[in-house]
Amino acid sequence: MQRAASPGVSLLRAGQGTAVGLLRFVVLFGPAFVVFAVVLLVAGKNPMKAYADIFSATLASGYGFSEVLVKMIPLLLTALAVAIPSRIWLINVGGEGQLYIGALFATWGALTLADLPRWALLPILGALGFVGGGLWAALSGVLRARGWVSETISTLLFNYVAILLVNFFVFGPLKDPESANYPQSAQFVPAATLPTFFGTRVHFGLVLAVLALVIYALVLSRTRWGLEMRAIGGNVEAARRSGIPIGWYIVVVMLVGGGMAGLAGMTEVSAIQGRLRPSLSPGYGFTGFLISWMAGGRPLGMVAAAVLLAIITAGGDILQMTQRLPGSVASILMALVLFAVLARRDRARGERAG
Amino acid sequence: MSAPLLVGVVLGAIASGTAVLYATLGEVIGERAGIVNLGLEGVMLMGAVVGFATTVETGSAGFGVAAAALAGGLLNLVFAYLVISRRANQLASGLALMFCGVGLSALLGAPYVGSRIEGLNEIRLPVLSNLPVAGLMLFTHDLLVFLVVPVALVVWWVLFFTRWGLALRAVGENPTAAYAAGLSPMIVQYQALLLAGLLGGLAGAHLSLAVARTWAEWMTAGRGFIAVALVIFSKWHPLRAIVGALLFGGAVALQLQMQARGVPISSFLLDMLPYLLSVGVLILWGGTRRHAAPASLGRVFRGTE
Repeated sequence: MQRAASPGVSLLRAGQGTAVGLLRFVVLFGPAFVVFAVVLLVAGKNPMKAYADIFSATLASGYGFSEVLVKMIPLLLTALAVAIPSRIWLINVGGEGQLYIGALFATWGALTLADLPRWALLPILGALGFVGGGLWAALSGVLRARGWVSETISTLLFNYVAILLVNFFVFGPLKDPESANYPQSAQFVPAATLPTFFGTRVHFGLVLAVLALVIYALVLSRTRWGLEMRAIGGNVEAARRSGIPIGWYIVVVMLVGGGMAGLAGMTEVSAIQGRLRPSLSPGYGFTGFLISWMAGGRPLGMVAAAVLLAIITAGGDILQMTQRLPGSVASILMALVLFAVLARRDRARGERAG
Repeated sequence: MSAPLLVGVVLGAIASGTAVLYATLGEVIGERAGIVNLGLEGVMLMGAVVGFATTVETGSAGFGVAAAALAGGLLNLVFAYLVISRRANQLASGLALMFCGVGLSALLGAPYVGSRIEGLNEIRLPVLSNLPVAGLMLFTHDLLVFLVVPVALVVWWVLFFTRWGLALRAVGENPTAAYAAGLSPMIVQYQALLLAGLLGGLAGAHLSLAVARTWAEWMTAGRGFIAVALVIFSKWHPLRAIVGALLFGGAVALQLQMQARGVPISSFLLDMLPYLLSVGVLILWGGTRRHAAPASLGRVFRGTE
């Protein structure tokens, strides 16, 4: 039967698609939201009020949505840090540490090159962030390529080394002499601060994240590189025999992935914090891992997952203010949402760990 | 090393090594059954908060310890359901469990922030505790400290000298073969993770009831991940885990002593030791294939499908 391509029908179909999508969303995540409501109820809070607060503070207003975008920037970049290596079956659990080292490198640049004009300084800081996170991850890549230590283990362990290293610097060499007891670096000069848009906190990092995502999608689908990566991902032995330098790929892929997380660290210190602090990230690197895993490394899926988890993260800040709940309560909702995805048996996307 | 410094370091090493050792032993059991749990941090936090709250409410640290172990075990069963029954990705499930434990413990603990308890009281072993130096160093501690090395020995014995331990290791090495040999990998793995959760809960209890004697959000401060590192460092062996935990505890204690004496040494650099040593040990052993990791670690058992 011929399909009538009338606009009305396709509109209907699109409507149906949205309805089906919405239904699947409700079936999948509904239980998570119900369980969280029960948890809040038991804790003596009004769950309807809590959800209303989350909604009105995130999706209901332009400013609220801008805050969701702000959270999405580090989440998308750290998700890419996981997704890129996952293309050749490498498991990068070290986004958090790579983010910290990227932030450390960028901070060093912002403090020592403060005299440079903005147009020169910002690209240098971005490059420093990328290089910092990239080298940190490439170290794990080398260990893996040599067959010494699995990248899963080393990236996991290096997270804490990285966080401790940042602590060492903000309590020591990079400590701001003017903030006597606070462990933090000196404030960045205005030239080291990323521009923001429309009077919100949404900053230039969004452009970088979207650009990186588009390049990732294009490289994957359109280039010889992407093809080779898919070949390695599909069958390591076959790829080796057809002359693809696998060890080199492992290191480069880890470097680029770690670079993404490093970039996230740079944008956080430059645009959000304005200085280096030990509490730089509330676990963005780990959340990024879960986003990439939820989406199986697919670009649009990662955007969708990042929106959802960014709303929850931003919602946590709101609950802290309006309901006097601890800020980390949002991680319960996040965990429940993830449990819902994890418990789904028919995952056609396979177990690509990214 | 002068005597008071030595005493200080040993006392500190035992105090901070105990919790990590309980957690490491739990993770050893789980990983020997083929399951990596990155959510140990969350399990420890649940143990810490439930143990503390129970102690405040009942006035009995003994109830607190029991409740902590139970809470840890229950939370780990959630993880077990995901990775065993639903065959979910272990790393992702573990991280989700960590977030769950962080959030739940913060919520449960909020009313107890600032509460103070007597906690686990010190037990002076008769006769032995009167020895000079060693009496204070080794024989005057709380119950959980005295129990931790025996627990390690029991775990070692169970894993290597009992039928159940053999079954557990067989499941970790090759679940399909274990299944063919008439074992039920899923049941064994559930038991292993329940046990691991109980031990993780005890680890948390020691932190909140004996070391800190207060509750603070995220008071484990990464010790769950240290335990994961120490499992590798100890080559999945319960007795080597004792060495690893003492090493970690020693690093913590040394830095506290140094700081108390005004020696300018960064605690953060010392804190890196357990992580760096674990990676270093893996490199020294020359490759991921040759060390003693259970062969099916992290893989999903597909059953008979």
